[in-house]
Amino acid sequence: MRPVAIVGIGKTAFGAFPDRDLRSLAVEAGQKCLADARVSASQVEAFHLGNFAGPSFVGQNHLAPYIAGALGINGAPCTRFEAACASSGAAFAHAVAAVAAGIHDLVLVCGVEKMTSQTTAKVAEILAGAGDMSGEGRVGATFPALFAMIARRHMYQYGTTREQLAAVAVKNHANGFKNPQAHMRKLITMEQALAGKPISEPLTVYDCSLISDGAAAIMLAPLERAAEFTSKAVRILGVAQTSDQVALDSKEDITTFRAVRLAAEKAYKMAGLGPADIQFAELHDCFTIAEIIATEDLGFVKKGEGGPYALSGQTSLTGERPINTSGGLKSKGHPVGATGVAQLCDVAMQIRGEAGERQLTRNSIGLAQNLGGSGATAVVTILGAQ
Amino acid sequence: MKTGTVYTETVVHAAPEQFVADAPYQLAIIVGKDGARATVRISGERVSIGDAVEFAEDRSGIAFYRKA
Repeated sequence: MRPVAIVGIGKTAFGAFPDRDLRSLAVEAGQKCLADARVSASQVEAFHLGNFAGPSFVGQNHLAPYIAGALGINGAPCTRFEAACASSGAAFAHAVAAVAAGIHDLVLVCGVEKMTSQTTAKVAEILAGAGDMSGEGRVGATFPALFAMIARRHMYQYGTTREQLAAVAVKNHANGFKNPQAHMRKLITMEQALAGKPISEPLTVYDCSLISDGAAAIMLAPLERAAEFTSKAVRILGVAQTSDQVALDSKEDITTFRAVRLAAEKAYKMAGLGPADIQFAELHDCFTIAEIIATEDLGFVKKGEGGPYALSGQTSLTGERPINTSGGLKSKGHPVGATGVAQLCDVAMQIRGEAGERQLTRNSIGLAQNLGGSGATAVVTILGAQ
Repeated sequence: MKTGTVYTETVVHAAPEQFVADAPYQLAIIVGKDGARATVRISGERVSIGDAVEFAEDRSGIAFYRKA
């Protein structure tokens, strides 16, 4: 297998954009990425699109060639990957495999979602389709409800507190406040976070990520050819996609994501690294509890210690292992199909030294963790400076 | 299952479109004696982790349980 590098990145801002359609967002991210990699559309050998629910949100199917055609890609294989909120993480993992195997050299991976044209209740209904609609979905479990039940159990088993959950939101808003591409650039206090409107108890509006529009793109190439395209290649040190049962009530222990533990184990092994080597990370904080559990599942702390870790300040911009320097899904926004690739762009920006006010000095090895549903898909990627 | 124990629960305030009229409502994952689990709705008094519940009724294919 050949080593693979990221030779270009491109993102739209995340937000609510009533005058933008799904295709224009994806095309903007794709064009920025092509320009960044100094690659023309005709050179792209395959187009992988991550999108969760375009057909439900905007009524358009056959999305990969629909977007690729507008980018000027003609003739190359164009495929949409759907894995709930890990859709573009999955598109990326398969693209890395294709380049590593020598099937393609230049693969453009894009993620996009256009969510804000629907009411919140309709969005909740569409997102619930990432769960088991014959069980939990049928009785009225939204995604906030599933993660609220996870949070309740985590609090019960490990003594995790509301303050510890809120600390994740306060930190991620502080980071997103400094990110010009973030959806909600707003500082929040612990008091505000604790007094938020209940969404699904114990989670309040401040524990939940945002409903956003946005797109992100990455260009992959074999490492041996990276210098043809960029002086800032980012190396893919390890990547793994894994799975678990879809229904939350089919998992024995809901305070951990087995798929994340498995993906982390594989990605660490591939990279020849361990949790202690990870200097910073973009984690899938679809809900505050998810970031806490991710820090445990990735081995940053022991099981049950994610809550105190969140409150300790060690994961802030100035802490020993900053988490979600982009603002995370909480503040940057969560256009679900775009999230996996956007996280990788954010890790790459740190490694390339392009994170502006949020730039870290220990920035040579970063990790991205992308979660689908209540843990039925996980993608863990470790990126490094060359 | 006829009876079970609450493994976890939540009270949903922001409901999906088809259940907006029901909100707020309580959901729970309950565990039966044989270890089987199910996600159910709770009627009546609110329940907490560890509480015993019993089957109350079926409303349009949705199982409702209540505190035993």
